Amino acid sequence: MMQHLIVFPVVLPLVAGILLLYQRQGLVRYKRAVSVAATVLLLLVATGLLRQAASDQVTYYALGDWQAPFGIVLVLDRLSALMLLVTAVLAVGAVVFACAGDDEKGSNFHGLFQWQLLGINGAFLTGDLFNLFVFFEVLLLASYALLLHGGGKARIQASVHYVVLNLAGSSLFLIAVGILYGATGTLNMADMAIRVAELPTEREGLVTAGALMLLVVFGLKAAILPLYFWLPKAYASAPAPVAALFAIMTKVGIYAILRVYSLLFGDTAGGLEALEQSWVWWLSLATLAAAGVGVMAARDLRLLVAYLVLVSVGTLLAGIGMRSPQAVSALLYYLIHTTLVTGGLFLLAEMISLQRGKAGTRLVKGRPMVQGAGLAMLFFVGAIAVAGVPPFSGAIGKALMLNAAEGTQRLWLWPLLLLTSLASLIALSRAGSTLFWRSHRGNISGSPLARRQWFGVIWLLSAAPLLVALAGPVSSYTQATADQLANPQVLIRTLLPNATGDAQ
Amino acid sequence: MTLLWIALLPLLGVLVPALTAQRGRSFCSLATAVLPATALVMTLLNVPALLDGEQLRFSVTWMPELALDLAFRLDGLSLLFNLLILGIGLLIILYAHYYLAKDEPFGRFYAFLMLFMASMVGISMSDNLILLWLFWELTSLSSFLLIGYWSYRSDARKGARMALTVTGAGGLALLAGLLLLGDMAGSFNMGDVLASGDVILADPRYPLMLGLVLLGAFTKSAQFPFHFWLPHAMAAPTPVSAYLHSATMVKAGIFLMARLHPAIAGSELWSVVVSLVGIVTMLYGAWFALMKTDLKGILAFSTVSHLGLITVLLGIGSPMAILAALFHILNHATFKAALFMSAGIIDHETGTRELKQLGGLKKAMPVTALLTTLAAAAMAGVPLFNGFLSKEMFFTESLATPVLGGVSWLLPALATLGGILSVAYSLRLVHAVFFKPAREEPPKTPHEPPHLMRLPVEILVVLCVVVGLFPAFMATGLLELASEAVIGSPLDFHLAIWHGVNLPLIMSLLAFVVGIALYWRHGNVRRFTQQFAGIDARRVFERILISIGYRSEQLIAALEGNSLQRYVGWLWLAALVMGGIGLVQITDLTGAAGNQPLDGILILGAVMLMFGGVATAATHRYRLISLLMLSVVGLFVALTFARFSAPDLALTQLSVEVVTMILLMLALFFLPQKTPRESSPLRNVRDMLLAGTLGLVIASLNYAVMTRDTLSISSFFVENSKPGGGGYNVVNVILVDFRGFDTLGEITVLAIAGLAIFKLLNRLRLFMPHSDGEGRVWSPDRYPAVLTSISMTLLPLALLVSAFIFLRGHNQPGGGFIAGLITAVALILLYMARGVAWAQERLDFPFQPVAVIGVAVATLTGLGSWLFGHPFLTSAFGYFSLPLIGTFELATALLFDLGVYLAVVGATLMILANLGKVTTAHRPVTETSGKDTDAAAATSSAKEPR
Repeated sequence: MMQHLIVFPVVLPLVAGILLLYQRQGLVRYKRAVSVAATVLLLLVATGLLRQAASDQVTYYALGDWQAPFGIVLVLDRLSALMLLVTAVLAVGAVVFACAGDDEKGSNFHGLFQWQLLGINGAFLTGDLFNLFVFFEVLLLASYALLLHGGGKARIQASVHYVVLNLAGSSLFLIAVGILYGATGTLNMADMAIRVAELPTEREGLVTAGALMLLVVFGLKAAILPLYFWLPKAYASAPAPVAALFAIMTKVGIYAILRVYSLLFGDTAGGLEALEQSWVWWLSLATLAAAGVGVMAARDLRLLVAYLVLVSVGTLLAGIGMRSPQAVSALLYYLIHTTLVTGGLFLLAEMISLQRGKAGTRLVKGRPMVQGAGLAMLFFVGAIAVAGVPPFSGAIGKALMLNAAEGTQRLWLWPLLLLTSLASLIALSRAGSTLFWRSHRGNISGSPLARRQWFGVIWLLSAAPLLVALAGPVSSYTQATADQLANPQVLIRTLLPNATGDAQ
Repeated sequence: MTLLWIALLPLLGVLVPALTAQRGRSFCSLATAVLPATALVMTLLNVPALLDGEQLRFSVTWMPELALDLAFRLDGLSLLFNLLILGIGLLIILYAHYYLAKDEPFGRFYAFLMLFMASMVGISMSDNLILLWLFWELTSLSSFLLIGYWSYRSDARKGARMALTVTGAGGLALLAGLLLLGDMAGSFNMGDVLASGDVILADPRYPLMLGLVLLGAFTKSAQFPFHFWLPHAMAAPTPVSAYLHSATMVKAGIFLMARLHPAIAGSELWSVVVSLVGIVTMLYGAWFALMKTDLKGILAFSTVSHLGLITVLLGIGSPMAILAALFHILNHATFKAALFMSAGIIDHETGTRELKQLGGLKKAMPVTALLTTLAAAAMAGVPLFNGFLSKEMFFTESLATPVLGGVSWLLPALATLGGILSVAYSLRLVHAVFFKPAREEPPKTPHEPPHLMRLPVEILVVLCVVVGLFPAFMATGLLELASEAVIGSPLDFHLAIWHGVNLPLIMSLLAFVVGIALYWRHGNVRRFTQQFAGIDARRVFERILISIGYRSEQLIAALEGNSLQRYVGWLWLAALVMGGIGLVQITDLTGAAGNQPLDGILILGAVMLMFGGVATAATHRYRLISLLMLSVVGLFVALTFARFSAPDLALTQLSVEVVTMILLMLALFFLPQKTPRESSPLRNVRDMLLAGTLGLVIASLNYAVMTRDTLSISSFFVENSKPGGGGYNVVNVILVDFRGFDTLGEITVLAIAGLAIFKLLNRLRLFMPHSDGEGRVWSPDRYPAVLTSISMTLLPLALLVSAFIFLRGHNQPGGGFIAGLITAVALILLYMARGVAWAQERLDFPFQPVAVIGVAVATLTGLGSWLFGHPFLTSAFGYFSLPLIGTFELATALLFDLGVYLAVVGATLMILANLGKVTTAHRPVTETSGKDTDAAAATSSAKEPR
């Protein structure tokens, strides 16, 4: 069975989804049990895969026994293993939280949740560009369905924006893949890397067009500046466990940029080397600035967290834009941190809203909360972490990012990153003091929250201190990951041992 | 190892109050005190080693990528600060035990206090720049919590936020500065950094680094112009003010300047900036201390002033000035903490801190009066108190320094002025509270506090006096160690009360005489200043923040809008730019393969395609026509496929076209009758340009691709289709075998699409118009007989065709996908002809399981290959023969294709059935539909007039 381990992150949620979706109504306990069990199992699988990848070997799984470049392969390296693990950790928190009752506010929650995981995991594993498209579709439609979960006007409107834009993005994806296939004649990314390295000059324009249009698609997913507009409202209106899971969705786009461009347009790509870099770099800075403004503007906790997600997107993309192993290592550390912490904050926002009654998550004076002290403590931890203030993971991540910038990059990144941190600090202290301190005197509102909800939030937010305590091992893993990404030859040779054209 | 414990114990102490809070306040206070006391003792135990000149260091690698080590040091400077932090901290715990009201959550208070203490100890002992920064920011956070402790008070909340914002901003600047510093020194280890002063000073980035580090230090130590947060931080409970805002936290900035002194101080820039900022702060604070009428306000501004004094000394930077600075840190901490605690006692016992409500308290509180007077004397710099000694040293240094060049004479003059003001406000504080008769009654009848509450004040005042009387005995040892740590070499000095009659003494005398006179005429001064409108820093600060928030909202609204059209516009624009960049790099659009021959049919097809496309856009306001035009495009695409020998694609395209058209028509029914307002012409032109150019770019790129030889891998598929996949139809073998994984993903997508549409429509209740836009009533003939009978006849035929197409798929055009679509079309026709209700009664099963089973069948087929030790989705095929039928092929791919078939049929019908029942009246309000399946819901709709 061990040789099939790589395909488990895809098969497991697929089968779980089938079991859960067979019957639409009823069987609440059964569905919860299946869904939680599958997610926990996924966590174990992901841990196993991480250990496997930590040996610095690239392993792959040829589906249908068709070898690359002809068949579709799933590729496991340090990066994909890391992304799988982060997803699984996030999913455990979200699914347990959902079992407190959010899952029953609509139909088919758990099945769709599992299939959403299927899409995300597949995107992280696949070594084939068209297959990546397929998994983008899976996760897009599943996320659209989940966004609608529970219904309501705000959700429908936000989800229409979300799905229309992303479907347009999908068509662009197809066009871009088509152009790349036309120019290089292959869909396997490792094979494509070899062919890009040997590309006749007259085809460079075509590849540039395809690759840059692909960047638009990934940028849309990752929510880079002129393409991020769907994000704040979609995230703010999504049901809490879904919003938490969405914390990984923008990272799918970021992963795709990192994967595709480091593999295809590394130092063997000649004139096409790093063709995405200046775009990503400048737009990431602009995204960061816009996100900072958004953070200051948000009058609602969920919206605030959504803009904090955007801050993290800008930061992560800036890491890609710097294009050095050190920066990639920093961004990977930051990615783990921001995914788990913002996920936890979305869950926490829901709990706060439940206890505040009519005031919800709007940042206005409300009634004091029954479990205000516990919630305040969690909020404090989450806010500190996400604003990048010590002693939690955000501070380390931010320091890593700042430190990774070189030369003139510092001139731009440092002020922007520090100012957005300040904006986050101001906005979060304002939010926290309004939510927890500035309450009406009088009746305490709300009823105690479910234990599952507490578990979900604590599970995710505990990443903040843990990532600091384990900063050494985590950052050495991310550093090794960055080094592995900087040397795609290992991956290419593993997948295509007989490749005649050596890309060196 | 003891170093680690000294740093760690207060941190562990955060948990103690949390764990012991429910066992009563006394127990909790005692338990809380244990760990810091232990840490204090451990610090003291290290003194002998320190005196022996040992380097006390502790280091564990933590995060090599960031050069972050868990590294602590204990040198003279750390010792001085540890003693202050832990010693005064213990006194504060005792004091707070009595200060807090009975019903206040003291456990939380102690926990915050311990958190603060731990972070201060961390700052004092950090041997790594990044570690130092971690603790630095932690003090800002814990001070936020402590200032906001009385969270129901607006001034507490605002004060807390202001303090956090200012010190947090400074902390971020400090991070940048420290990263630069470490970069310049080539190491983040404190020892290395301190040793590489020359390199740092020579670095071109030195001014920037210095600016950033000083920004951190100045905000923390409330130096002008960042001083404004400190007075507002006085909304905190008094123990907090005494501890954080006089004795320790505000000294963190001072500490940082002292700590980094060897590395960054040796420049003129440093001297000028630091001493100027210091002197302005000193005078500014002293002046406002004289003007304030709130007891804690006076103390807050006097703290600002004294911090300025220490800063000046650090700016002067000579060894003796450093010594004076360190000595004043010690002295100020003792007398100011004592004064704050006294102020707290007065507040506690009288219920007010306003000077005009206080007065004549010496009768009611004689001991407190005495203690406060002594501490104030130390603050004023009266001889025989500790404050006098460090102030004399300050005067001496101000006379000696050349730091301001030609205007250096100004320094002693300003220093004397500071001395004058300090005498005046100290005098005012004591006189107005204890000796002058009260103008108004205080809210409570004053009396002495419990003795133990006064004990910390007594200890501190005794210290003030003893140090003042026996400075050589009390302070020399500590100061020797501390100054050596800052200067780097032992300093030879002698602390004495009497230096003979010299200029500094005369300056002191002057300060006393003029200071007393100033207080005497103080009323006149106040009246003069009251003519100027005061600025409330908090209000200004709030207004700025609110306006930033408001502007941000406007900005983000302007940037984002809430328009899908705009978002899509950005997406296409981005695609246009990106595609265009590639396109302009293509030198020769027509590739080596060149154009294929044209014929009449091709041209006709192309013209029709273009016509369909343009007409779809042109008629978009007439939706039905537009849709028909769209179907023209679809049909011609299918024909194109057929023309270029891709029968599978043509078949698929055709059936997809039919299904989507029907579904679109159904959806059309629910759209509003009137189309929205026409866009402005300008916008139309813009949109047309965008769409047209993008179309051209993509068409050009397509053309470029198609006129080039493909270097593709497709020949592999053609060659391996039969031997490897067991089928002659390459397209089908690709779908179910070579790239079966893609197909599995796509049928999952289809199933999810069905589920998503169910989710979307399930709660939707739409108004069903009885007529069309022009008021024509719909035809009463809902189910035309012709259509009904045709659909009934067609159904078995269509099913038969789809079975045929399905079975032959592996070798001839066809397959599960097309077969599924054909079945779906036949069923849709039935639905349309007989109505949802009629059809549902006969197709009495929910469709979701059908789609899911489809995915399940495909998945299981894939999983089956595991049993044979092959990877997921490995296919197998074999040839069997049966009598009568002959030899035939069986392939697992067929099973997989069955899954595809089921998923397609299930998902399509799910969509259809849901669209069909949107207007049902019996609609659950929430999505949680308890019992009804598709079928049941549709049946109920049958009773409704449609």
